[in-house]
Amino acid sequence: MPDIIFRDGTVHQNQWVVVPRPDAGESLDIPENRRALIPADLWLAGREHFVGKAHIGVWFDSHDEPEILAGHVNELPVIAVNFPKFSDGRGYSIARLLRERFGYDNELRAIGDVLLDQLQFMKRCGFDTYELRPDKDIRKAAGALNFFSQGYQAATDTDLPLFRRRAS
Amino acid sequence: MYVYDEHDRQMVAERVAQFRDQTQRALAGELAEDEFLPLRLQNGLYVQRLAPMLRICVPYGMLRSVQLRRLARITRDYDKGYAHFTTRQNVQLNWPALEDVPDILAELAEVEMHANQTSGNCIRNTTTDQFAGVQSDEITDPRPYCEIIRQWSTFHPEFAFLPRKFKVAVNASEQTDRAAIRLHDIGLQIVRNDAGDLGFRVHVGGGLGRTPMVAPVIREFLPELDLLTYLEAILRVYNRYGRRDNKFKARIKILVKALTPQGFAEKVEAEWAHIRDSPTRLTPEAIQRIQAYFTEPAYGELDNASDLLAQQRFENRAFDQWLQHNVDTHKKPGYAIVSLTMKKTGTPPGDVTDKQLEQIADLADEFSFGEVRVTHQQNVVLADVRQDRLLELWQLLGPMGFGTANLNTLTDIICCPGGDFCALANAKSIPVAEAIQRRFDNLDFLYDLGEINLNISGCMNACGHHHVGSIGVLGVDKKGQEFYQISLGGSSQHDASIGKILGPSFARDEMPDVIAKIIDVYVNKRTAEETFLDTYRRVGIDPFKERVYA
Ligand code: HEM
Ligand code: SF4
Repeated sequence: MPDIIFRDGTVHQNQWVVVPRPDAGESLDIPENRRALIPADLWLAGREHFVGKAHIGVWFDSHDEPEILAGHVNELPVIAVNFPKFSDGRGYSIARLLRERFGYDNELRAIGDVLLDQLQFMKRCGFDTYELRPDKDIRKAAGALNFFSQGYQAATDTDLPLFRRRAS
Repeated sequence: MYVYDEHDRQMVAERVAQFRDQTQRALAGELAEDEFLPLRLQNGLYVQRLAPMLRICVPYGMLRSVQLRRLARITRDYDKGYAHFTTRQNVQLNWPALEDVPDILAELAEVEMHANQTSGNCIRNTTTDQFAGVQSDEITDPRPYCEIIRQWSTFHPEFAFLPRKFKVAVNASEQTDRAAIRLHDIGLQIVRNDAGDLGFRVHVGGGLGRTPMVAPVIREFLPELDLLTYLEAILRVYNRYGRRDNKFKARIKILVKALTPQGFAEKVEAEWAHIRDSPTRLTPEAIQRIQAYFTEPAYGELDNASDLLAQQRFENRAFDQWLQHNVDTHKKPGYAIVSLTMKKTGTPPGDVTDKQLEQIADLADEFSFGEVRVTHQQNVVLADVRQDRLLELWQLLGPMGFGTANLNTLTDIICCPGGDFCALANAKSIPVAEAIQRRFDNLDFLYDLGEINLNISGCMNACGHHHVGSIGVLGVDKKGQEFYQISLGGSSQHDASIGKILGPSFARDEMPDVIAKIIDVYVNKRTAEETFLDTYRRVGIDPFKERVYA
């Protein structure tokens, strides 16, 4: 499995497999002895069964509504958000909502078409681990995460937009 | 005018370094073409029919003389010695080489310029009235709010990959709207409520392109301090729910229409309720801090030079005409607002040479505190000229090619680059503009016609704003031949409207005659006070149809 990048730029072994949404009529195929990310709505549907299991997390697709997990987010060890195409920017809003609206504190992971030049935006929106697309040079990730030394806006990483920092 | 502090400087420098790195990776094959595409677009670089084009950002149209001189040097060193003022108050280079772009950006950064977010599916340059800060009827200077929006939208981490491009415009005058706010994704009209508090009337979902729409109001009054949180709510709703399956249906106007303005407003208000007190909420100090950059220049204590001007006008008819058409009233006694027209017949509208850029810089230094503004009609404004020096200025303008006294007349044409430069074009637009300018070369006749906006686009994308021209011209493709469709009755003002199509299209060489017939109908039908638009709105399209297709 490809490695995973942490928000500090370090590279770690990936522990989680993404379980795809089963076809209609099929059931979820959760692998044995592996930590697994399952579609968020299916987790919710089977919450009684899944809740408290440290080896089960969820993933959202870019068109999914994170609102469905409101009140439950911190029952999950990992939430992943899929970028079906890097130019699909919905995942950034999903991440901010999970962090800022629903108060999610655990690991938030970017999966899918994750490239280098978007990493810092992802970090600012609250993602803290990144599954870089395997053909990209993982050694360049640390630099890409910190290309800009500051930003104008408040986001998940800071409560101080530049106009508030300038005032102080 | 806004001046960078160390934060702005650092971010622009980092941006240049980032783009240099991205360009190198693209040239080395580490970035696929489709991966590099949005990155270069967000740095203003797009590839066109003949060469890459670089669109340089001019925030809300303001330029200092050092910046003009730098632009001149860049067009000389990296391009073919000319540049183009665009309909979004930016400047465009037509022939830079891809490898040179990082160096061009570095040169721009030295004079506090950049090409950030001038293209691509992100929040673009915020535009405003070119007379901001110097006209007497504005509620307050809109430029500080534009700058606040510029900073908030620059490298916004959540909104760099929107469904489609996104443009915001701000207007502060109750009588006029030179910023065409109702044709923008978000149009902000500065207002005061009954209590006297400052705020914004928020329009969302305007735009041109293939589905032109006038933006409805989604909030009558937004308090000043809530500006950014409300924008963030609008953008978040759009980012999440705007269509991404079809490029032609991806603008926010389609979402607003699908949800209805009311339904859209409800979604925005619901989102806003969560974030209105977030740290993004502006503070009075933050606004004052930006406003402090837009203080008045060192005006002299002058009286209006009415007698002097009256005498000069009496002695010189051409000066009189220029004064009447290209010079506007300034809020300060003794000063005037001067529009330099970039519409000399035979030059593509908006095009300027390196030498002309330097001449404009010199004029700015000599006559207008070193600053100019670019207009969406592709002209340039000297906003603070002493009335007693107008004659002297005017005498310089003629030889430079900026003195054509046709502002807001039929030949002050807005025109996109069209088929001469643009790969998307159905037809050329520049030669049509020129043919019409040649046909209507009698200034007295033009003045008699009064205000008429003739706008030309080479295709449905509407870069030349044809939908909102009193007369709009659209290039269409008919079995591989270039044809032109005409629409009438458009306006981008407070009474914004989309023009109505007249009928079947025409070949290029028919165009001057067709325009002449349309003008003829107006001249025959008008009452003494009516503008072209008034007459059109009163008599409707039929008399024009009958005449043109007779
Ligand atoms: C030469 C290459 C150019 C290309 C390929 C191009 C492409 C486009 C496209 C595709 C659109 C429509 C986007 C949409 O509505 O979804 C558009 C709109 C527009 N373009 Fe251009 N453009 C070019 C040059 C220019 C220039 C030079 C100007 C300024 C003079 C300009 C100003 C505009 C404006 C104001 C719109 C806005 C219309 C709206 O609000 O929808 N474009 N352009
Ligand atoms: S209107 Fe069409 S032809 Fe003209 S510049 Fe825009 S895309 Fe090109």
